[in-house]
Amino acid sequence: MPTAERSAPPVQPEESAGDWDLVIEPRRHLLDVNIREIWNYRDLLLMFVKRDIITVYKQTILGPIWFVVQPIMTTIVYLFVFGRVAKVSTDGMPQILFYMSGIIMWNYFADCFNKTSGTFRSNAEIFGKVYFPRLIVPLSQVISGIIKFFIQAGLFITIWLWFVATTDAVRPNYWAYSTIWLLPLMAGMGLGFGILFSSLTTKYRDLTFLIQFGVQLAMYATPIIYPMSILSDTARSILWWNPIAHIIEAFKYGFLGSGEASVAGLLYATAFTVLSLSFGIVVFNRTEQTFMDTV
Amino acid sequence: MTTAISIDDLSKQYRLGQVGTGTISHDLNRWWAKLRGKEDPYSTVGQTNKRDQAADGEYVWALKDINLTIEKGEVVGIIGANGAGKSTLLKLISRITAPTTGTIKARGRIACLLEVGTGMHPELTARENIYMNGAILGMRRHEITRKLDDIIDFAGCRMFIDTPVKRFSSGMRVRLGFAVAAFLEPEILIVDEVLAVGDADFQQKAIGKMKEVSRSEGRTILFVSHNLGSVKTLCQRGIVLAEGGVAADEPVEDAVAKYVRHTQPSATTGQNLLDRTDRSGDGQVKIAEFWIENQHGERDTAIPVGSDAILAVRLVVNSDSVSNVDVGFSIHDPQDLSPLTILYSGRQNQFFSGDTEFNVRCRLADLPFPPGKYPVGARVVVGHSESDWIKSPIGELTSASGDFFGFGRPINSGTGKVLLKSTWSEEKQIC
Repeated sequence: MPTAERSAPPVQPEESAGDWDLVIEPRRHLLDVNIREIWNYRDLLLMFVKRDIITVYKQTILGPIWFVVQPIMTTIVYLFVFGRVAKVSTDGMPQILFYMSGIIMWNYFADCFNKTSGTFRSNAEIFGKVYFPRLIVPLSQVISGIIKFFIQAGLFITIWLWFVATTDAVRPNYWAYSTIWLLPLMAGMGLGFGILFSSLTTKYRDLTFLIQFGVQLAMYATPIIYPMSILSDTARSILWWNPIAHIIEAFKYGFLGSGEASVAGLLYATAFTVLSLSFGIVVFNRTEQTFMDTV
Repeated sequence: MTTAISIDDLSKQYRLGQVGTGTISHDLNRWWAKLRGKEDPYSTVGQTNKRDQAADGEYVWALKDINLTIEKGEVVGIIGANGAGKSTLLKLISRITAPTTGTIKARGRIACLLEVGTGMHPELTARENIYMNGAILGMRRHEITRKLDDIIDFAGCRMFIDTPVKRFSSGMRVRLGFAVAAFLEPEILIVDEVLAVGDADFQQKAIGKMKEVSRSEGRTILFVSHNLGSVKTLCQRGIVLAEGGVAADEPVEDAVAKYVRHTQPSATTGQNLLDRTDRSGDGQVKIAEFWIENQHGERDTAIPVGSDAILAVRLVVNSDSVSNVDVGFSIHDPQDLSPLTILYSGRQNQFFSGDTEFNVRCRLADLPFPPGKYPVGARVVVGHSESDWIKSPIGELTSASGDFFGFGRPINSGTGKVLLKSTWSEEKQIC
């Protein structure tokens, strides 16, 4: 990696600064994220993704099918609890599609967040033995998460197509194409918060307890099991500030035709993602240098 | 010659005790000092790295003001007692953690082997793990594919290549890990004691591979080990770390010798050994003095190779009466302190009454060690329990040049570690 860190070394009288391939200093510059170094380690990124995916179903008979069992089970539970017992409205949408769309989208975000928030602690062993750009690990989790998402989305699309062909209950529209933009938004937000929390928990482990129920609470503050339409105006204006709400709503509106997709909301979610991701990366970058001493 | 690694004023501070209460207040103090443009309030405190002293501060300098320059193609051995800062230094060079002050500059790709087989996943097959481990060490995929056959051959695991690694023995896993590392092509290779595992055959192979790499390809190697023997065979230059600083930086022979001397409490023959505290045992019988006598039974300092040497100890009996006092001597390699031989009296039936002293002599026929100073250790067992064992050498057996074989010419050094008497014969082969 002839491109390693070059963070403006103090100029020595006899040596020219650019002469070295690697300069290790106590503190790296705040925004010194070495994209080229990460690019050099792209094969490692792919290996991690491959490992995450194939080790899940090694020694199983059903293999990758297990990836879809979880959303199916959750959908069935929601159908029963929220659909039959609590009778929460689904805005006239087929319940199975309504719940499943929310579940797979939310799962992707929660997965990105949960997995990346453990980056430092669960990889301390390997980080303590060898150097590679630490950001590779959370990036690989975001990518393996998206593969899982696509498998689950395949299931959703199959059921959705069946509804489109046989009923006129769902009214897909051009907003469905916005999914291409929604996925990176969720990935970015999950990653940004995940690595931020991962950095904070290396020293203060208290936060790990907050993360667990924090994610669960956040799900109820997002229109997964209920449509925005049943909320009061106050609740709705509060929920407007939840960036994931806009993403879920855009997805539901695009595929099902009900929901409140708005360009302003997506722009807000985009700005939110950019901010949280940049902040997360800066903190992560600062932490990765010395976290081995405190983890 | 170009410089491969240049280390300037490198220091690393660690916090003692637990990270927990107080962490936030220290962090806030630091932040407040920084805000006012002052120096880190905790960077000036901190004591030197002395393991056996009680901690009186909250911070310790694991490394302090290290300055080193390593030229391209040099093979450098880093030795030092546990906790001297060896691993910390490697961790800083390999970027596992950042230094507290100072800089490290390097030319070329660095690969560090603080452990072999890092990142291997038990569920993946050997082949998949070769790619995994290679990628973690910074190899590109096509690079690994190109070397795959060589790696499999070196590890000797062609038969199990598509078997999950969890079914491998731990030795096999190490071989696989080392095989991947052996085919890395970094300009700078950092190795930490990884050779301590694996069978003897494989250790030989590994050392051989490292030698080959360093000689033929002009790589720079930093090798940290407690095995002074392999440090000597592999390295040209030795750096001794002690208490977080560089204690010696010399050709490897001198550095190892200095390290061995440094770690041994001065073992002058004839001193009062009752003062030594580095001992274990119930103390019924204690070793009080050690000396060497020549073949005529006179105290002597050096014995010629091939003549008889007498190892003698004075023992003090501290209980009423003892029997079955078994004295043992060990004679060690002067360089790495590995035992060359152990001598036992194996006595069963002597009796000594209490509060007396007595001398035990061991006559070693035809001193078989080439000229040199050999550290001697001793241990006393009474019945079946250990009575006294001084943990480090109690003295030296100095061997001078002499005519071991009776050829009429003296034996000097360079004849191996031990000399053996042998008989030779020739006869005509009748067809």
